[in-house]
Amino acid sequence: MKAGIVSWGAYIPKYRIRTEDIAATWGDDPARIVDIYLVYEKSVEGYDEDAVTIATEAARRALRRGAVDPKRIGAVYSGTESKPYAVKPISSILIDALGLANNVFAVDMEFACKAASDGIVAIAGLVESGRVEYGLAVGTDTSQGEPGEHLDYSASSGGVAYVIGRDGVAAEFETIYTYNSDTPDFWRREGSPYPMHGEGFTGEPAYFRHVVGAAKGLMERHGYKVSDFAYAVFHQPNGRFPMRAASMLGFPPDKVKPGIVVTHIGNTYNASALMGLARVLEQAKPGDKILLVTFGSGAGSNAFVLNVTDAVLERQKADVPKVDEMIADKIYIDYAMYLKNRKMVKLFE
Amino acid sequence: MEHESVPLYWRNIPSYYRLAARRCRKCGEVYYPPVVKCPRCGSSELEDFQLPHEGELVEFTVLRSVPTDYMKQKPLVIGLVKLGPVKVLGQIVDAAPEKLKAGQRMEVVFRRVVVDGKYGLVMYGYKFRPRP
Repeated sequence: MKAGIVSWGAYIPKYRIRTEDIAATWGDDPARIVDIYLVYEKSVEGYDEDAVTIATEAARRALRRGAVDPKRIGAVYSGTESKPYAVKPISSILIDALGLANNVFAVDMEFACKAASDGIVAIAGLVESGRVEYGLAVGTDTSQGEPGEHLDYSASSGGVAYVIGRDGVAAEFETIYTYNSDTPDFWRREGSPYPMHGEGFTGEPAYFRHVVGAAKGLMERHGYKVSDFAYAVFHQPNGRFPMRAASMLGFPPDKVKPGIVVTHIGNTYNASALMGLARVLEQAKPGDKILLVTFGSGAGSNAFVLNVTDAVLERQKADVPKVDEMIADKIYIDYAMYLKNRKMVKLFE
Repeated sequence: MEHESVPLYWRNIPSYYRLAARRCRKCGEVYYPPVVKCPRCGSSELEDFQLPHEGELVEFTVLRSVPTDYMKQKPLVIGLVKLGPVKVLGQIVDAAPEKLKAGQRMEVVFRRVVVDGKYGLVMYGYKFRPRP
């Protein structure tokens, strides 16, 4: 059997800020902002949360959902662009936070929002080669956005973890395809607190070229049709981009909307498309085929075809919070508390 | 405030991160924080014992005068949570104190506990919050 998703776990911090409250602070018209981004509110980490704590919670849930013995995990790869340390891995902290064995491959991966899905690709290879039995791929971010700028309306916090293996697979990786290029759409240099956008590069030359390029490349190479898929899940920097990518590929909205979470939690970066996938897995049926396309600035996309198996029904029954439950379980905060929680208030240290 | 040293933090990682306790092989008593000798029967034969990650709130208090490391987290809610055979003291987060009540279900969460300034170590550990 091919490698696949054995189990998954997601974590969304409880705090939310409404788009209208951000807009009121910076003098923007909230109706116009919502119309541009289709993001009504976004998740915000607690004052004592960061990409490490979020990764830990998501990974604990993934292990619990599949009743996976932590000692059988042979690799842990974390994708993030909001590491608390410039030098010191999240993945090594996860080893001790989760009680993994020390004989485990561990590394943090960076490719903007795409890195976690590169972790999945790498672990699938380790599993299929027989080098590890199970691996853990984690996407976690407390993403940055300059206050008052575009990203302030969408950059949010959250994490997802996937246990990859060959035994007990709930969604098998049928095929994987990738599409990458040097595209200066978005970057953050060492020491810079916030990322910058290349003018006019965000949409067509970056997101749409790579997302659609990866999806089309995969479908053409392997002969898939839109009708083969029950669901399509795309990276979601805002609510409009994934719907437009779907339209460009010919997917009807009803196959895409189940995987959209950005409208109510914002863009969780490395957890963005993977959070949408978690929501889809929580409602998918055996036999469903899912197209997943991730995206990272800089830029690139990974496209996956997943075949849902009978094991998904068992995983869906596990006593682990569902994505929809976490979206509904929230505490609203104002802009001052948002700045405090995001550590954007300058303090003596 | 003087922080716990890096070596001491490192030695305590299993108990801080995963609530790893110790159980006396002779009398069965469980200890958290872990001990090297059983205070009850005096035995030095203890084994690892994993505390559950869910429990029941026994009691709590709200601190408004807090240590320096927690000045930005006022008010600090400290609770006693029954986790299996032991009661564990810890910070309660993600909940307004007026909504807490003894007997409610709590879950263990992994959080930043102490951040040693701008350049020092970020020390992680367990905290509690109400189970959704």
